[in-house]
Amino acid sequence: MEIFLSQLFIGLSVASILLLVALGLTFTFGQMNVINMAHGEFVMAGAYTTYVIQGALGASLVTLGFLVALPLAFLVGGALGVVLEWVLIRRLSGRPLDTLLATFGVALILQQVARDVFGASNVQVRAPAFLDGAITVAGVSMSYTRLFIIALVGVCLAAIWAHLGRSPAGRRMRAVMQNRDLAAASGVRTPRVDRRTFFIGSGLAGVAGVAVTLLGSVGPTLGTNYLIDAFLVVIVGGLGRLRGAVMAAVALGLFNAYVEYGTDASIAKAAAFALIVVFLQFRPQGLVVQRARGLT
Amino acid sequence: MSRLAGTLAAGDARWGFLIRFLVVAAAMLLLAPAVLSDFRLSLLAKFLCFAIVAVGIGLAWGQGGMLVLGQGLFFGLGGYSMGMYMKLEEAGPGQLPDFMVWSGVESLPAVWEPFRHAWFALPMAVLLPMAVAAVLGTLVFRQRVRGAYFAILSQGLAAAFVIVLVGQQGLTGGTNGLTNFTQLFGLDLTAQANASILYTMVALGLLAVFLIARQLVASRYGRVLVAVRDSEDRVRFLGYDPTRIKVVAYTAAAGMAGLAGAMFVPIVGIISPALLGILPSIEMVIWVALGGRAVLAWAAGGAVLVNWVKTGLSERFPSGWLYLFGMVFVVVIAFAPKGMAGIGEYVRAGLGRPGAVRLGPRARDRATARDRAAQEPA
Amino acid sequence: MTDAPLLEIRGLEVIFDGFHAVDGLDLTVREGEVRFLIGPNGAGKTTLVDAITGLVRPAGGSIRFAGEELVGQREHRIVGLGVGRTFQTPTVFEQLSVLENVDVAASFRLPFRSLLRRRRGVTDRVRRALEDVGLAELQEEPAGVLSHGQRQWLEVAMVLCQRPRLLLLDEPVAGMTGEERLRTGELTTRIAAEGTTVVVIEHDMDFVRRFATRVTVMHEGALLAEGTVAEVQQDAMVRDVYLGRPRDARGAAVVA
Repeated sequence: MEIFLSQLFIGLSVASILLLVALGLTFTFGQMNVINMAHGEFVMAGAYTTYVIQGALGASLVTLGFLVALPLAFLVGGALGVVLEWVLIRRLSGRPLDTLLATFGVALILQQVARDVFGASNVQVRAPAFLDGAITVAGVSMSYTRLFIIALVGVCLAAIWAHLGRSPAGRRMRAVMQNRDLAAASGVRTPRVDRRTFFIGSGLAGVAGVAVTLLGSVGPTLGTNYLIDAFLVVIVGGLGRLRGAVMAAVALGLFNAYVEYGTDASIAKAAAFALIVVFLQFRPQGLVVQRARGLT
Repeated sequence: MSRLAGTLAAGDARWGFLIRFLVVAAAMLLLAPAVLSDFRLSLLAKFLCFAIVAVGIGLAWGQGGMLVLGQGLFFGLGGYSMGMYMKLEEAGPGQLPDFMVWSGVESLPAVWEPFRHAWFALPMAVLLPMAVAAVLGTLVFRQRVRGAYFAILSQGLAAAFVIVLVGQQGLTGGTNGLTNFTQLFGLDLTAQANASILYTMVALGLLAVFLIARQLVASRYGRVLVAVRDSEDRVRFLGYDPTRIKVVAYTAAAGMAGLAGAMFVPIVGIISPALLGILPSIEMVIWVALGGRAVLAWAAGGAVLVNWVKTGLSERFPSGWLYLFGMVFVVVIAFAPKGMAGIGEYVRAGLGRPGAVRLGPRARDRATARDRAAQEPA
Repeated sequence: MTDAPLLEIRGLEVIFDGFHAVDGLDLTVREGEVRFLIGPNGAGKTTLVDAITGLVRPAGGSIRFAGEELVGQREHRIVGLGVGRTFQTPTVFEQLSVLENVDVAASFRLPFRSLLRRRRGVTDRVRRALEDVGLAELQEEPAGVLSHGQRQWLEVAMVLCQRPRLLLLDEPVAGMTGEERLRTGELTTRIAAEGTTVVVIEHDMDFVRRFATRVTVMHEGALLAEGTVAEVQQDAMVRDVYLGRPRDARGAAVVA
């Protein structure tokens, strides 16, 4: 029972980070049909942002640095995203596979930038003091860092939810996601909405980068490790579906945590992959674009 | 009259191809071993292995529109099949491969057992990847998972494969992979002089693979494959099962990658996860993108050229090489999706071949239509 | 013309998110007929064709074609049984030449092994289909350069060379000039005379009057009336439906 609960906890915290990375992907994919392979590098940028701020503020202000890093990483990630959208992705509209490949080239360049600036070896980010320790509930020790991550993702999720549901900008986002042409014809300035979506999605990746620093060291290829899993979340969850992404992330996180406990990490990965292929046999609907009249 | 002209033109194209093919084959089989040092020849042999993978990618992606981001898996299956056989051959009957002894494995795992025999291991290097691709392709394509979804899935597959390889140390040699090979069929792999034998083997393999792929592309099947890329749903309503059409190309590409992997092992002397993961797999696609996805010969040429440049530059300017590689890749994908093949076409059009001049505006229309159609299907 | 029913639809229901696009439809088409399917926008005509060809999955009912149940079969199998169709928005393979487009369509029954061979020359069937639609001159051009009207013709050629027993044409003359319409109509009549049963969805009433033998009127997913053009035009219910929607210009044309 304790093992069940502790794996549940670990699974949820992993799912939270996955979700944060996947949210940006699912929005840009759902709205613009863009697969951004450099998204993982935005996570990396967020993580290095934390590292830089800690270095600048010094050892005495670790907590402040960490808290400052959260909004700043959002801005850094968002800014990178907007630049990428403006310089490259806009020019590739209607060519999703080429976009995927070109953004991968960008990912390669960004990784090399990180390697040249911060060195090829990993760097450590210190967790703020208030996250030291753990709380024990029902015999399960839950570290504050993981609890913090879950809470952080909860807050982000609530903010997104409110933004999509209540604000005019969020409504425009949803409109473009559901029917781009109709939204454009109704006077929505779609390029602007696209930029905004990209900013928010990439910003969330930056925030995820800050969260990741709590779990381990930071290196140039940090993003790649999360990207594939996040994409699988998008595939299972369905396009641009917030609820789908949440469910898929939790399912994948928990599955990994439990199978990993029973066997080992590599078997868990392979099993998760097999499970997704099996899942597609029963529910490809989440994947296939809505059927339209005719064949286009 | 027009029919006669058509037949003649078709005949011309065939002769032109035959001449070009023979020239390249002669250069590869006769010229290269004569002028290149053993070291360079062995390097070229490695690049030709990559070219075999590239031909497969040209078939699946360039012709069939399936962006295969996980060819490392098939390359690896071929490579490990070969590597397992070579390890067991060297260990001798009843003995364990060296790395198993080091990691404390006491008896040979059952998976390894059949790979003692060349008659099993060598065909498996090609058949195993093909079987995996056929099963996976059928499952995935049948559910109409395509485009970016398929790309990501295929990439995830390669990633999962690598994780398993690294995780199952005792079974696979872990991060180190399989290495320390000394001989194959009594051929001393450490002797530089044997480089030309291995090289000739790979060159013949590439030529054969190229002919197979070209036949697939030029046949009616090739036309249907392009049709599937343009509009899979429309093909369905012409009475074809797109799943089957796609699975054939995907499986062929997997078999080619497997063959390349199997040949790679004796030449380079190692097969390890670092050669197969996400990055190496996508690099394989990059070769094809730079060479020219739509033209098989250019896809193969891209693999050789990129790797040749990489060998020259990456050691002297490791960081600069990556910037250059990334930049060139982004620019080519975004602004010259036809790759080097497109540059060749452009130059030829600029020189004004007599045919192009005679056709005049019509040829131009045709060229623009092709450009338009070359865009990815949404 | 024989009397055997080629297509028998009973109690067909297609539901999209709770909306009954086709609602308990019965329809019988006999071998050799040229049947026109008319009705206001949203009557479910295209959905019906989509259901027959397997593009949408009916929620209930049966579609029997030459005695074989089509519901639940995969699209390419239905084509294999001899049901061909065109689409409202023509889709051709832009990167193949016009000739290759038709050749791909004509080769669909070849065993896989023969597909692996090259095309040598042009088969009679393909040449004839290209001549029928007047695209023989353009056969070497990539289909991407064709105009909208030419693409419609190409689609017709592609489906013609497959020699289907039942041909479903979805608004074949939309966007065509008067002369092109006439040619399409004549071609349709000729196809039927050669033994293919044809079902045409069409809005253009001049076209319907000129080429239809029997007309089926659909309304809100169900069959409203059936008969010759004259009979249908006299039908009180049909008048009600169309007059009840005075803004529907196409509907008004029925009673005009």
